[in-house]
Amino acid sequence: MDFWNFIISHLSEIRDQTIEHLILTVASMVLSTSVGITVGILLTRFQKLSNPVLGFVGVIQTIPSLALLGFLLPIFGIGVTPAIIALFLYGLLPIVRNTYTGIIEVDPAVKDASIGMGMTNFQLLKYVELPLAFPIILAGIRTATVINVGIATLCALIAAGGLGEFIFRGISLNNQYMILAGAIPASILAVLLDATIGFIQKKPASRRTWVTMGVSIVLILVGFFISGSKTESRLIAGFNSEFIEREDGFIGLDALYDLPMEIKEMEISLMYQALYNGDVDVIDGFSTDGRIQEFNLKSLIDDKNYFPPYYAAPIVNGETLERYPEINEALDVIANQLSDEKMAGLNYLVDGQKQELAEVANAFLRELNIYASTDAGSSEDPDIIIGSKAFTENFLLAHIFAQVIENKTTLKTKLQLGFGGTKLIFDAIRLGEIDIYPEYTGTGYLVLLQKSSKDVSDFTDPDVIYNDVKKDFAEKHNLRWLKPLGFNNTFALMMRTEHADSLKITTVSGLSDYLNSK
Amino acid sequence: MINRLEELDSGTISINGEDITQQSKENLRRSIGYVIQDTGLLPHLNIRQNIELVGKISEREVPPEKVNELLSLIGLPNDILDKRVAELSGGQQQRIGLARALATDPEIILMDEPFSALDNITRSQLQDDFLNLKHLDTKTILLVTHDVQEAFKLGDKIVLLEEGQIQQYGTPLELLNSPANEKVELFLKKDKFILSLQTSRHNQKSLFDYLNDSEVSSKDKQVAMDGFFKHLF
Repeated sequence: MDFWNFIISHLSEIRDQTIEHLILTVASMVLSTSVGITVGILLTRFQKLSNPVLGFVGVIQTIPSLALLGFLLPIFGIGVTPAIIALFLYGLLPIVRNTYTGIIEVDPAVKDASIGMGMTNFQLLKYVELPLAFPIILAGIRTATVINVGIATLCALIAAGGLGEFIFRGISLNNQYMILAGAIPASILAVLLDATIGFIQKKPASRRTWVTMGVSIVLILVGFFISGSKTESRLIAGFNSEFIEREDGFIGLDALYDLPMEIKEMEISLMYQALYNGDVDVIDGFSTDGRIQEFNLKSLIDDKNYFPPYYAAPIVNGETLERYPEINEALDVIANQLSDEKMAGLNYLVDGQKQELAEVANAFLRELNIYASTDAGSSEDPDIIIGSKAFTENFLLAHIFAQVIENKTTLKTKLQLGFGGTKLIFDAIRLGEIDIYPEYTGTGYLVLLQKSSKDVSDFTDPDVIYNDVKKDFAEKHNLRWLKPLGFNNTFALMMRTEHADSLKITTVSGLSDYLNSK
Repeated sequence: MINRLEELDSGTISINGEDITQQSKENLRRSIGYVIQDTGLLPHLNIRQNIELVGKISEREVPPEKVNELLSLIGLPNDILDKRVAELSGGQQQRIGLARALATDPEIILMDEPFSALDNITRSQLQDDFLNLKHLDTKTILLVTHDVQEAFKLGDKIVLLEEGQIQQYGTPLELLNSPANEKVELFLKKDKFILSLQTSRHNQKSLFDYLNDSEVSSKDKQVAMDGFFKHLF
């Protein structure tokens, strides 16, 4: 019942996202199909090229989708354009390959007779090869379409919209209904598109039907780009899905400060690059992120103390801690050893200087006179498993944990890095699939315990929240918070330094004043 | 080579005195009918569309009367026109292949083993029909075959090829009676009697006439008789 209520209350959003999703898919498929068939035909005429070209297109297919999006980001920025380019590239392989194979495998006798009766190269293509290869080509288009409906969900991470918005917000908030609200329409879309093409396959449409279809597709695309290019607000914000949806994220921030901005949804790891490129003007960064230094960004001061403190600390599964109490002592060594500046500096070594995670962790520990091994965390038969979320700082902390534990105890560890959302890693540690990971007090308080900012009077005192989460986690989930590491990695709105300086914005209130001035 | 599916390495081929390399490949091919062993009919078109296609590619309409005329010529009913290629038997397909080659009234028809994929009964039936097609009498037909009997049955003139070399060019009788070399003689020896029969029939002669023909040497008559009895038992 709750699910239906959720669906009904989000109906207009589901409709918009479905349309966005459809447009992403159809636009990229129109491109893939026209380019793919052309390339496929050319390959049959220049067969020496077929192996290298098919190989190249195949390699594109093997690039992980998110990696491809990340690669396109510096070139094409964020939004619909790189998304369509990525989808276009993914759609190519099945279409090129099927066109090529379909034409090559036309019965040689038929080709021979057709050439013998005097067909030109073009007539052979028009009357013989394309009609006979048509079912195979169409099968390729169907495959590509279904694949692309799936991959298009990832485009939500680079602010291209689509049903992925629901899916990723749902994953980061552990909201099953929200995941389903994205996943079900996406599946239906895939089935419908597949069936539509299947219908065309069975009933070869007349020329008029084709023209009508082509024109309507073009009209939809033109309409989309015209409507999409309108920008009403003075600044564009790029926020990750978790921040947009959370009560204590942008919703509360907007209520407190009043920030009328156009918002683009994107993945955390892509936001900084997008801000640096000028695709967006404001992002919700983390105050210790190494890229602040690398990209010369400026954190706006939260002058009304909206964001809670996010002190990082290791949290450990209760059973694990009972079995190996020495973990507590080992990790005590690094308690309060990481200041905000120190952590930002370490993050910069990884993000900016491209140094190895294990090396950076190792160098930091050497400063504390701990001479650990950089191979720590790679045991095949581990006593404990150390997890992390999918961003640099969490990766680094997990490496530091592994090296300290293996140095100070006889335990063997294994790293399992890169959980895609807070709730995923939280479930993993509750179920004992991992034993330790670095968490932040603010996240534990607001997201995992589902408390709201109204439950505490004073956000400015870090100890209040730390003690509160420590107590609740132990009682409700049998998870233990160890001592904080020292730094506060809170949310912060960020801008390019020279941009903020030119607009004379230093605080979030200042940003609000600018946005609301005429 | 004649319709330039293969290009010449050396020498020239002329049709009516005109070098075939002097015109475009497509125009050359459109002026020549082409029938192949596997028929090469387009499986996604029906029979009518298949026949009309030859005209379509050279912008010479094949009128419906012409299609009907061709059908009656090759002895197939009109209702076959709306059928798909796969619905026809092998013999019917080969007849359609012939009709297609005739659709634009070419003076020359090339036939590449047109009957060899057919079963024996259909083959000899088609060969007989082919012989009796008066329509073809005014045309130059170049037929390639591995079947010696077929060559002797259908050919006015035969070119015997071995390893790319012309061994002999002549009428069936010339090949039988005065082989140019040992290879030709050896090649025809085994089938000599049957060939003689076929040659005689082709020349509207019976075995009786053949044996009474004063131009046929007595040695040949002996061979024919021997073969006849050998064949009989």
